[in-house]
Amino acid sequence: MTAPDTHSTYGPQSFWWKYIWSQDHKVIAIQYFITSLAIGLVALVLSWLMRIQIGFPGALEFIDANAYYQFLTMHGMIMVIYLLTAMFLGGFGNYLIPLMIGARDMVFPFLNMLSYWLYLLAVIILVCGFFVPGGSTGAGWTLYPPQAILPGTPGSDWGIIFMLVSLVTFVIAATMGGLNYVTTVLQARTRGMTLMRMPLTVWGIFIASLMALLAFPALFVSGLMMLSDKILGSSFFMPAIISMGQDPGYSGGSPILFQHLFWFFGHPEVYIVALPAFGIVSDLISCHARKGIFGYRMMVWAIVSIAALSFIVWAHHMYVSGMNPLFGFFFATTTLIIAVPTAIKVYNWTLTLWQGDIHLTLPMLFSVAFISTFLIGGLTGLFLGNVIVDLPLSDTYFVVAHFHMVMGMAPVMVVFGAIYHWYPMVTGRLLNTTLGHWHFWVTFIGSYAIYFPMHYLGILGMPRRYYAYEDYSFIPPSAQDLNAFITVAALIVGFFQLLFLFNLIYSFFRGEKASANPWRATSLEWQTPDIPPTHGNWGAQQPTVYRWAYDFNVPGHSSDFIPQNTPVMNEGKDHEIR
Amino acid sequence: MASVNNSSNSSVWQEISTDFSGDQRVFQLSWGKTMMWMFLLGDVFVFSCLLISYMSVRITTTAEWPNSADVFSLTIGTQTVPLLLIAIMTFILITSSGTMAIAVNYAFQDKLRRSQFLILATALLGLSFVGMQALEWSKLIHEGVRPWSNPMGASQFGACFFLITGFHGLHVSIGVIYLLLLAKKLSNNHRQKPENRLSANAVEIAGLYWHFVDLVWVFIFALFYLW
Repeated sequence: MTAPDTHSTYGPQSFWWKYIWSQDHKVIAIQYFITSLAIGLVALVLSWLMRIQIGFPGALEFIDANAYYQFLTMHGMIMVIYLLTAMFLGGFGNYLIPLMIGARDMVFPFLNMLSYWLYLLAVIILVCGFFVPGGSTGAGWTLYPPQAILPGTPGSDWGIIFMLVSLVTFVIAATMGGLNYVTTVLQARTRGMTLMRMPLTVWGIFIASLMALLAFPALFVSGLMMLSDKILGSSFFMPAIISMGQDPGYSGGSPILFQHLFWFFGHPEVYIVALPAFGIVSDLISCHARKGIFGYRMMVWAIVSIAALSFIVWAHHMYVSGMNPLFGFFFATTTLIIAVPTAIKVYNWTLTLWQGDIHLTLPMLFSVAFISTFLIGGLTGLFLGNVIVDLPLSDTYFVVAHFHMVMGMAPVMVVFGAIYHWYPMVTGRLLNTTLGHWHFWVTFIGSYAIYFPMHYLGILGMPRRYYAYEDYSFIPPSAQDLNAFITVAALIVGFFQLLFLFNLIYSFFRGEKASANPWRATSLEWQTPDIPPTHGNWGAQQPTVYRWAYDFNVPGHSSDFIPQNTPVMNEGKDHEIR
Repeated sequence: MASVNNSSNSSVWQEISTDFSGDQRVFQLSWGKTMMWMFLLGDVFVFSCLLISYMSVRITTTAEWPNSADVFSLTIGTQTVPLLLIAIMTFILITSSGTMAIAVNYAFQDKLRRSQFLILATALLGLSFVGMQALEWSKLIHEGVRPWSNPMGASQFGACFFLITGFHGLHVSIGVIYLLLLAKKLSNNHRQKPENRLSANAVEIAGLYWHFVDLVWVFIFALFYLW
């Protein structure tokens, strides 16, 4: 058996050890948050620059074709990996897992600290990539060879090397973190916290961390191989090719192999971002509708089966790459089967709202916005999952609209809702609601204003990743007006994200003081002796759990919620579930 | 310890279900051992990706793949023996798995001196494996094998060889350092306060890693050298 947890309740006191070289999961989580928000801001500015070029071609002179491709690549890579993955696993995972399962910290705090510093190193290498000769890589976020490492693609000298080294470093950091999250959830829960009493937030982050451990190796290996192709001149992914009139000396490699490796990582990656969002939004909806989550067991099994299925659908990203038609049939079938557990989740969220005591707080508003954007994005996924529908739509703005809706806006809505929900626990103050409502309505309506027209543009046949759209006879001139409209909407929505950042800072100093449990939530993270929780989380004794996390409005009970650590007093009346 | 846990049932499935539905821990393992298993699970995917990629490029490449029996042969006197060095390396690595297993056994019997000796023997065998790998690398480099080309055929042969054996050799080297540190800690163990002492569990965790590295070699041996 293991030694008991021996962390002292009294953490380090000096500034450097308390906030910089900290091994406390809460401080590491905040470090992850701030770093990922900072690099996310870079990606936001890049998206503005791209939109200005598309909406008003030539308006900014420094955006030439090369710069456009570099912005596009870095925007995608940062948003998917360095912002969303890092924030959901490193940020929310670190902060919430130990608190929600009643642990004092992660099982290996030192490894946890190392994970953050390696993540920071990965971000620094990535940022250095902007400043090397030739600039950052412009190969598209999928980095497909052969073009990614051949002259002609921007950043093919140094940018691609910095990108790959940064990714490999990120994988090592994510592995260190993921091992900690998985082991903590499996082995370090408090008394009474069975797996089936865990809040769905923990389930989502736990399964996503497990997926990260199994999916990132493919990115790691493909990164090493492409580095070898670029630096040593081997030919893993490079066929014999004439590039700009010259023979670079490659022969016999397989570009399709890279696509398989990349998407074996890339598709689970979608769910590494989505599953924590699924989990968090379930808890937000249940708490702010004052009603137990509908179908808890089904929700857990849906998360598990989505995770399992997501490892056998990767080639639906490669319908146009050239495959045996039977493969297309197989991957289309598995892709469409994923719709079943996903639909179960959407129905269960809706049925949790049904006849609930809905409080239209900001976390609830963002949760409803999540259901809406996720549903729209998920439905277009059904179109694209079919080979015959995908072929004409592939590489058009329809795809851009689809994935921005389903894995861009939807998880981001959850990030916002979760920050409005948990900010009082972290800082002891509420975020300003007036600013919050402005932020919500502009972001929600704006996301439709930006991405709904893109579906139409995609069906018109407007290809993605083009620098300019002049003189294409199949695109009517009126499409340019729509593009200008999208750009204006994107600039406004982007500006209101800055307002949100301002709110984060402003409320930290001037926000209304929050009570200990302002949302009257049941889960353990709100039941700590001190809010915000101090080092060691639980004071002298860890809590004991007697019930699931969703005892809202239990019949015959005086209060409308029962925290998880409240003992079952009256058998029968106080109906304890599980 | 586990209040909800009650593993007095005889059926295996019932025990599994009881373990999973219990509070506090799913597996009756220490935190460190659970984490090592999880790490190895991830590492299985790393080596699978490497080996599957190797098999894929071997099938699709346009040039002919060199005959590994010829490439990896040693000439002693007038006799050319195919795969001689690799056979010795494989034998050494599998022997080291044996010494490691005995070390774990002695650690659980609290015979730390013997355990420490066998851990050092394991590290020494691992070191000789890495040394022979260095010999093999230099022989091949001397014969003109490079990641980008080789005189025998498909250029991917060299690239795959250096990447896969290099990555595995790195694992063995890290394992040797890990074992040496473990042996050093064990030799100081009796001077430590009881709560800081290493348990047999720590030796077993190192053993898990070492056996895994050996197991991976068996697959590399079969798929790269024998195919």
